[in-house]
Amino acid sequence: MNAPVGLYQYQTADREFLASRITEFEGQVQRRLDGELTEDEFKPLRLMNGLYLQLHAYMLRVAIPYGVLDSRQMRKLGHIARRYDRDYGHFTTRQNIQFNWIKLEETPEILRQLADVDMHAIQTSGNCIRNVTCDQFAGAAADELMDPRVHAEILRQWSTLHPEFTFLPRKFKIAISGSPQDRVAARFHDIGIIARPGENGPLFRIFVGGGLGRTPLVGHELFDAVPESDLLMTLEAVLRVYNAYGRRDNIYKARIKILVQALGIDGYRKAVEHELSRMNPDHYRLAPETVAAIKARFAAPDLTASPEAESKLLQDRRGNVEFDRWVRSNTHPHFAPGRIVVTVSIKPAGGIPGDATSDQLERLADLADQFSFGELRITHLQNVVLAHVPQDRLVELWQALTDIGLGDANHELIGDIVACPGLDYCALANSRSIPIAQKLSARFADNALQEEIGKLRINISGCINACGHHHVGHIGLLGVDKRGEEFFQITLGGRDDDHSRTGDILGAALPEDDMVDAIARIVDRFLSVREKGEQFLDTLTRLGDAPFKEAAYETV
Amino acid sequence: MKQFDLAPVRHPAPASLDVVPVAEMSEATRAIRLTPDFDVETLGTALDHLDLIIVTFPIFRDGRGFTQARALREYFGFAGEIRAEGHLIADQAQFLRTCGVDSVSLADDSDTTPWLKALSLFPATYQSRLGLRA
Repeated sequence: MNAPVGLYQYQTADREFLASRITEFEGQVQRRLDGELTEDEFKPLRLMNGLYLQLHAYMLRVAIPYGVLDSRQMRKLGHIARRYDRDYGHFTTRQNIQFNWIKLEETPEILRQLADVDMHAIQTSGNCIRNVTCDQFAGAAADELMDPRVHAEILRQWSTLHPEFTFLPRKFKIAISGSPQDRVAARFHDIGIIARPGENGPLFRIFVGGGLGRTPLVGHELFDAVPESDLLMTLEAVLRVYNAYGRRDNIYKARIKILVQALGIDGYRKAVEHELSRMNPDHYRLAPETVAAIKARFAAPDLTASPEAESKLLQDRRGNVEFDRWVRSNTHPHFAPGRIVVTVSIKPAGGIPGDATSDQLERLADLADQFSFGELRITHLQNVVLAHVPQDRLVELWQALTDIGLGDANHELIGDIVACPGLDYCALANSRSIPIAQKLSARFADNALQEEIGKLRINISGCINACGHHHVGHIGLLGVDKRGEEFFQITLGGRDDDHSRTGDILGAALPEDDMVDAIARIVDRFLSVREKGEQFLDTLTRLGDAPFKEAAYETV
Repeated sequence: MKQFDLAPVRHPAPASLDVVPVAEMSEATRAIRLTPDFDVETLGTALDHLDLIIVTFPIFRDGRGFTQARALREYFGFAGEIRAEGHLIADQAQFLRTCGVDSVSLADDSDTTPWLKALSLFPATYQSRLGLRA
């Protein structure tokens, strides 16, 4: 097989590792069944293999390292959804996919099927370093300075079964981007990394201590320019301080952000520098040969395009209003002339955000083969990216997507809702996020209306653990339980880009059945008070939240 | 309790040693038991006359002992025996060994088969493949 475009080609050692891992897990399942392991002991082991026990069934979360997969892997996910689940899978905000209706006894078989296509579910859960996320436009976006995927792969390898950092105080999330336009929410990660080229090789700007959950905090810059050779050494030092001193007495105070907050960023930096001063650089140096060897296992696509590609696209747009609108909302400039980056919305009107059927998964694999070198990416907003589409064939792709119900023109618009699984699946939730998301999506289904409203992101979390990232939604909704009834609290103004901040609470929570109308009133008010060229966040900054508060509580 | 060696122990401590909690150690002490919150840097030159250091795991999810063992080996060059004690599971065998732990204390009636199996599962770690010293 030729090396896949955009992701690392497994070698024998990787495949042997996976086989060993499945053998190990099978043994663990057996020891649990034999009573040799208590449920308390088995739980972290199954979690480290991506297996959760949800409200109604086991859920298996499959890793999609840095969100990139190839068509053969996507087809396999479709097969797993059909054969072992209820005919669908759910893309997550960590660029993974999860299957919600899994039988424990079938898990080793599913893992073996995944291993056939070089996939696994390792470290998608548990108090370890989780799947590393990456810019979904990596290696394609015109605004990118450096393709971060080779280093994302290095981080994947480094963090896999790390001997020292597999029993951390709490889970640990790392994101990496190579664009100054932060599309990975670097400042809301335990560690966020922004890579850029330097005179003597790549440099890494490192943020630490960001996160959402019960205590939303924006991360701090730890170092501005770590050279490639010191990248892993620096990360080891950061983790070592956290492993030794992070709190273990209270699960809600155990993330690194709490330790960074306690020590202050200067104090944390001092502790990291103390570690670094005692470490032997020879033991940790990332050698250029190592990087080159990993890079060689990524195939580079031939991005030459027809010289008429751009004019053909212009012509196609002129003749088709719907297509033209979709191009405006769902594409991003590619650095290569004649190519374009496409975001396929997995947010159809009235649908469940991030859910795709087996048929859709398989068709997406076909379309990746036809239009983008067999390569796909999952985004942290739960959509799918085809990164290298020839512009002269874009209309053909759009028609094919429309045929499978994935042609919505709503990327980064009000219909592009992020929601956690909520009480429909999750044992922690205290309200249902999905029905609200579906009702809002149906209410604003009209793509022309969505375009008129402009950039407006809604994030919905079913409880304060904030898996729907409501703190960073332009409009955030948080489900709360009031005497057994579902209420939602509204926050406005959150964002996870270069100007990251958490949203401000608008006022008292509203009952579930008034929620959609309240959001509609906020949007209507925005449309009536916006000045020309303003997006929702601009108007909110200019006027404050008073007009929106008035609108939201109008009927109360 | 019985000892299970994760690897050939370079400098095994004599079996008869009296193990003292780190807070009570004196100049004559040759074997100590750490608590997970103990900063091993504070041992200083006392390390020179120790033959055995026991790192403890109150629950197996508490991974501080891994960092303590690593610091003892890497930062302070401790060459004596490091033993892990407490709530441990066989699946941690390789991690313990890689971090510099020589042996584990197991209940007398416990089966060492899963430990032997775990040690042979993963021949090459990802970290060593990246050129990091195991």
